[in-house]
Amino acid sequence: MMRVLSAKLYGRRGFYLALLLLPPLLWLGIVYLGSLLALLLQSLYAIDEFTARIVPELTLATYRQLLSHPANVDIILRTLGMAVAVTLAAAVIAFPVANYMARHAGPAMKGFFYVGVMMPMWTSYLVKVYAWRLVLAKQGILSWFVDQLGLTPALEGALAAPVVGGPSLASSYLGMFIVFVYMWLPFMILPLAAALERVPDSLLQASADLGARPGQTFRNVVLPLALPGLAAGSVFTFSLTLGDYIIPSVVGAPGYFIGMMVYQQQGTAGNIPLAAAFSVVPIVLIGLYLALAKRLGAFDAL
Amino acid sequence: MRSDRDWNRPSTGARIAAFAGLAFLHLPVWVILLYAFTTEDRTYQFPPPGLTLHWFAVAFAREDIWAALRLSLAVATVATAMALVLGTLAAFALARSRFRGREAVTLLFVLPIALPGIITGIALLSAFKLGGIQPGFWTIVTGHATFCIVIVYNNVIARLRRLPQSWIEASMDLGADGAQTFRYVLLPQIATALLAGGMLAFALSFDEIIVTLFTAGHERTLPIWFFNELFRPRERPITNVVAVTVVLVTLVPILLAYRLTRPGTTEPNL
Repeated sequence: MMRVLSAKLYGRRGFYLALLLLPPLLWLGIVYLGSLLALLLQSLYAIDEFTARIVPELTLATYRQLLSHPANVDIILRTLGMAVAVTLAAAVIAFPVANYMARHAGPAMKGFFYVGVMMPMWTSYLVKVYAWRLVLAKQGILSWFVDQLGLTPALEGALAAPVVGGPSLASSYLGMFIVFVYMWLPFMILPLAAALERVPDSLLQASADLGARPGQTFRNVVLPLALPGLAAGSVFTFSLTLGDYIIPSVVGAPGYFIGMMVYQQQGTAGNIPLAAAFSVVPIVLIGLYLALAKRLGAFDAL
Repeated sequence: MRSDRDWNRPSTGARIAAFAGLAFLHLPVWVILLYAFTTEDRTYQFPPPGLTLHWFAVAFAREDIWAALRLSLAVATVATAMALVLGTLAAFALARSRFRGREAVTLLFVLPIALPGIITGIALLSAFKLGGIQPGFWTIVTGHATFCIVIVYNNVIARLRRLPQSWIEASMDLGADGAQTFRYVLLPQIATALLAGGMLAFALSFDEIIVTLFTAGHERTLPIWFFNELFRPRERPITNVVAVTVVLVTLVPILLAYRLTRPGTTEPNL
């Protein structure tokens, strides 16, 4: 019975394929895509200000509310600024690590680096955020080290800075920035290392033979070839920062971020339409970012 | 004249930067290990004034922690089982086939992890509210299964792509039917990918907070318990102990999964 059935199925590729694809497609198509549509629909509803009930009529009022309140625009710009800063910093810190593990380390050292990058990446997300609160706390490890090194005035100077500072690292944008960079760093290192591993040694040898100094080789040969990796990594760092609401609520200054607004509006405020409209913002920003990266040719070398 | 090796030797500065980057990644993990044993229960004082095992015993006796742990394990088990079935089916369907709309389907199968978790969370909540569905165990599972499918799918499809098509043809030429080919040729080849994908999915579900906070209603998974503790710092030592336990519980399956998928691949099958 099974044999006859399987032989029949192998003969009819199309039917066999549809049979395989149908269950997962139904799940993602209905549950996931359906939910995304529900999200869009909710964002086109509005809340009645007197009864605090959701009025199921299509309207752009919620989007108008989102974009006309200066406080909401501030939240969007603040989140966007943080995402850009975190992406740049992650790229700068990730490059030496990725470059070393992909091109310089021997086989054993390479394995050590890969496990070394992946272990913290897979360590519980919440525990890492919590650990940073311990590290950044007023009497915590970082200030102890800074004190031992006699650098306390420098730290206090940084915390006294107008926008990024605050009463302690754990309650400043500077601290939040450090945590964001830390959390997404492996997502930048791994694609970058994968891209750098594909750079053929012969190109670097040729560049050196033709008289390029290491700096020139780096700028004109390595960097352009690493661009797809940088682009892939930056999509992670950018999109993860835009959508996060745990880190800004555990570490950092009182200013709101997009994710926090989404969480708060659906929860205590009970305003699902506004929460939905807020969550459309990262989708649009990520779409624009992908379009920009593609336009700049970031994916051409893939 | 440069020697043959000169073009590829890292400068001391480059080496230091690489190791410093790696050390930065590990710092907080060690901090958590240390703080679980501290005798100080009010501040985050460093260095700890003394070390003790006392807090492990206190945490062990807490029923609310056990309840949260049980819920998290149940959710992760069900979500992983669903993901193994659905993710594997999708991988088999998409590994080699060509059909119209394939690109769109492939995109759909990476979207749940390509978009930030908060989108999945608020989208599911929007749908539950529209459908009048009460949040609870199954809404949590729904959210987790959606991204766990992607993890299993990625692992299995990566393995299937490395598997030469000629093996399947050889098996068929030698008289095996489809079921036998699956049982004796395909299954042994993808077994470790399935195991690795399943363990990653389990660990990810066990640790998930961003989607879960939207879909859980009044249920409390272990990460939600932990998240609430962060804003109620009365019981810091117990939080520290739970943190260490969570790290150990998630790290073991992940390291095993890494070992199982290692040959030839360096990219994680996120």
